Amino acid sequence: MAKKHVSTTINGDEHEFLCHPQQTLLDVLRDELDLTGSKEGCATGDCGACSVLLDGRLVCSCLVLGVEAQDKNVETIEGMSSGSDLHPLQKKFIDLAALQCGICTPGVLVAAKALLARNANPSEEEVRFWLAGNLCRCTGYDKIVRAVMEVAAEARNTQ
Amino acid sequence: MDYVAPNSAQEVSQALSKEGAFALAGGTDLLVKLKTRMSVPQTVVDIKNVPRIRSIEKTGDSWWIGAATPCAEISEHADFAKDWPGVVEALSLIGSTQIQGRASLGGNLCNASPAADSVPALIAARTTCVISGESGEREVPVESIVQSPGKTSLKQGEFIVGFRLPLSANKSGDAYLRLIPRTEMDIAVVGAGVALSLDTSGKIAAIRIALGAVAPTQVVLSGLEDLCVGKEPNNDLIEKLVAIAEDACKPIDDKRGTVEYRKTIAGVLTKRAFSIALDRAKN
Repeated sequence: MAKKHVSTTINGDEHEFLCHPQQTLLDVLRDELDLTGSKEGCATGDCGACSVLLDGRLVCSCLVLGVEAQDKNVETIEGMSSGSDLHPLQKKFIDLAALQCGICTPGVLVAAKALLARNANPSEEEVRFWLAGNLCRCTGYDKIVRAVMEVAAEARNTQ
Repeated sequence: MDYVAPNSAQEVSQALSKEGAFALAGGTDLLVKLKTRMSVPQTVVDIKNVPRIRSIEKTGDSWWIGAATPCAEISEHADFAKDWPGVVEALSLIGSTQIQGRASLGGNLCNASPAADSVPALIAARTTCVISGESGEREVPVESIVQSPGKTSLKQGEFIVGFRLPLSANKSGDAYLRLIPRTEMDIAVVGAGVALSLDTSGKIAAIRIALGAVAPTQVVLSGLEDLCVGKEPNNDLIEKLVAIAEDACKPIDDKRGTVEYRKTIAGVLTKRAFSIALDRAKN
């Protein structure tokens, strides 16, 4: 089957790519566009390592076809920092050692940013519930949750 | 595999009428089946460009929920959530935040799992679905869609465009409860949806109860109108409902629950969901 031509916006930049209809958005990001920050863990929507925003909605990019990105706005972990200036969540994850092997981290960060964009003052329960689709198999969740809560608190204090 | 994303219901029906064509809404079931090769489509027909298929509208005497509207958008719709809190609590149980961003009511229904969380709540709410096919549209109750696990009554070329729910009447309430072995993100061992309304004297005016995961398809409890309408919603009545729920189950034994356990839980969840729906109807 011939490849399909897709025009989309990724992290604010217009992109065009060719992909097979069965390639997922995650396949396209990693293999066609060299955006390898999004990770493949389970490839069945259980682990959240491939989390991206699609038109502002948090989704697993392994459960989206690449061709579905036509005319959409995709935001990935690569768009999170401004050049070498890390996003406050990224800095806090380093400060609090909220990561170990790092495979889940891009997905967790994308998901956490999406949470804080809609809820500036989440309770611990809300953070844990929101991030329940992001599995971490080494550090565990306490440090991740603490980092997200601290970033939220600091953002509120500086407003 | 080819992929098409037509802009009209007619074109979608034409594409779906071909052998080996599969409809794609949120993809949270279909893409997993592609990956595991449980489904090997020749063509994936993306239905999300069809007008009104991703919308939530209050129109005259009913709600319209487009079949491919992501669950997250539905639960964020404050007016709808106020009218049908039980439907919203049911669809909110489907998967993680990421899954909620894509999964849809049309997909949950057409995946035809006996354990689909939104389906008992939709049935209790007397939801109908608008089906589009090559010869036009037809509208049928939600409970007529699932025939057996993985099989629907949709004909070749047909797909669900959207769901119609009545506007919630005064003194009415609904609720959905499910039991899973963990606290979140698992497949229902039993699910129970209850919708009821009360008359001015506080007696039951209408009631509907549907169970999930206790038979090959969702089970609608029968004989409830005769038993309940015009009656006080007291403990005696609730115990009768529990017995009806237990009797209506034809569950399987599997690692998540035995037949006996599922029957008992069906009664317990029916009782608890009834109480929640009743409280909502009173307030």
